[in-house]
Amino acid sequence: MQLKRKLTGALSLASCSLLGLPTAQAESQWDIETAVMYYSEKDRVTAIEPILGMKKELSDDEFLKLKFTLDSLTGASASGAVPSTQVQTFSTPSGNDTYVVAANETPLDPTFFDTRAQFSLGWDKPIKRTLRRNLGFNISKEYDFTSIAGNASWTWDTNLRNTSYTIGANIELDWIEPEGGAPLPLSSQDPDSSPPILRDGDSKQKQVYDLLLGVTQIIDRSSLVQFNLSLSLADGYLNDPYKLVSVVDSTAGPNEGEPVDQIYENRPDTRQRSALYSRYKKQLTNRDIFSISYRFMSDDWGIDSHTVDVSYRWRLNNGYFIQPGIRYYEQSAAHFYRYFLLDGDAIPGTVTADYRLGELTTQTIGVKFGYSGNKNNNWSIRLERYTQSGESHPDVAIGQLVNQNLYPDVDATIIQFNYAFLW
Amino acid sequence: MITIINPVSSFHRRFQYLALVSVLLLASCSGLGVKPWQRDIHAQQEMAMDADSLDIAVDAHIYFSKEASSGGQGFAGGGCGCN
Repeated sequence: MQLKRKLTGALSLASCSLLGLPTAQAESQWDIETAVMYYSEKDRVTAIEPILGMKKELSDDEFLKLKFTLDSLTGASASGAVPSTQVQTFSTPSGNDTYVVAANETPLDPTFFDTRAQFSLGWDKPIKRTLRRNLGFNISKEYDFTSIAGNASWTWDTNLRNTSYTIGANIELDWIEPEGGAPLPLSSQDPDSSPPILRDGDSKQKQVYDLLLGVTQIIDRSSLVQFNLSLSLADGYLNDPYKLVSVVDSTAGPNEGEPVDQIYENRPDTRQRSALYSRYKKQLTNRDIFSISYRFMSDDWGIDSHTVDVSYRWRLNNGYFIQPGIRYYEQSAAHFYRYFLLDGDAIPGTVTADYRLGELTTQTIGVKFGYSGNKNNNWSIRLERYTQSGESHPDVAIGQLVNQNLYPDVDATIIQFNYAFLW
Repeated sequence: MITIINPVSSFHRRFQYLALVSVLLLASCSGLGVKPWQRDIHAQQEMAMDADSLDIAVDAHIYFSKEASSGGQGFAGGGCGCN
């Protein structure tokens, strides 16, 4: 009798396994993914970001995903102001203090620091045999910024599950509470005045709406391709409240190109973006995996960008792998981007000198090494070098600015350690 | 002669181009695929498009804070005040 019960149990377990049904033991386990990322720019920002991701199968093919992220930033960030042959004094964002930038140095705001905590939740559930629904929620809080977002997407499998169509939407609400209050756009920052910064309220808001249409297609036994079309509309306060634009002396002479004023930037209050993302992935006959992606993005600020990302996962023996990768990115400048403004010219309604909205190219070269032979004990370490460069000596430079570097390179090192296990 | 470029209409033209390219790419996909018993390689976790999801999240955050583009693989909103 006891033997019969044992046999029944064993057969039941075996049939469950064959049918792919979750057993009680599998249901109780969490897939845990952890990561710690260290990001360091030479002479600028340093960030440390630990992440904890948790995933659990609630019932057959229904998943709950949780993710916790902490992000600690310190260092200095380019303010947008141009270098001078003289020592320059700037007001801190609060308006309560000042900092000094040496002659011929790119002005960096040294008060840049922040800690961000983020939590996201995802619930992925099959609602029909070939239709899945994913609901997501995200909340993020940092010193001067709060973000709440919700999203929903549906994926429909067809063509013997070789083709998957996805449609999704996301709504994000952001509250920005700049240090000391939001500066009045286009107003001067003058450390000798009282107050040194004119304000335009304490809190600002913006909304971001996203729509995503995607298709994933299995090509053959070892390759697949993905296309996503995404549309995004941002509406509200899109300024960076800490970025300046220098107004420089345009009179020919010894002071030509010297800053005579620093004003706060002002961006348009809406931004539409569209992007086409494509990715191809193939496993070669030696089981290595090749991946290439391309993204074209265009927005109504005049920015077009191209991104190419290539990786090759070289499978070594015993579950180890090494994965070199390279990414190239280039963008055109926003139509309201200026290196500086000329004294005496009318100030445009929208203007920024934020280097991230200028014409630039970036390259990321890296390698990842790890072990993925056991689902209960996977790890990897990733080392990358990120370089960003723009036009250091643009034709528009005048006077002393001809000899200054108006777009210094940004060099960053990224180190990331991942560890995944079952719990 | 001075040519004035309207960035908004230019944006809409680019969007129409993107939509057309997308439709053509989707149409070219029909007829591809494998039989259910040929999915062994696609069942490997490494072959999923969202494999290495934490790497994707970390990269998205870094590039969102350093560049003017975001999204494509997922939603464009960054959920942080870094840009």
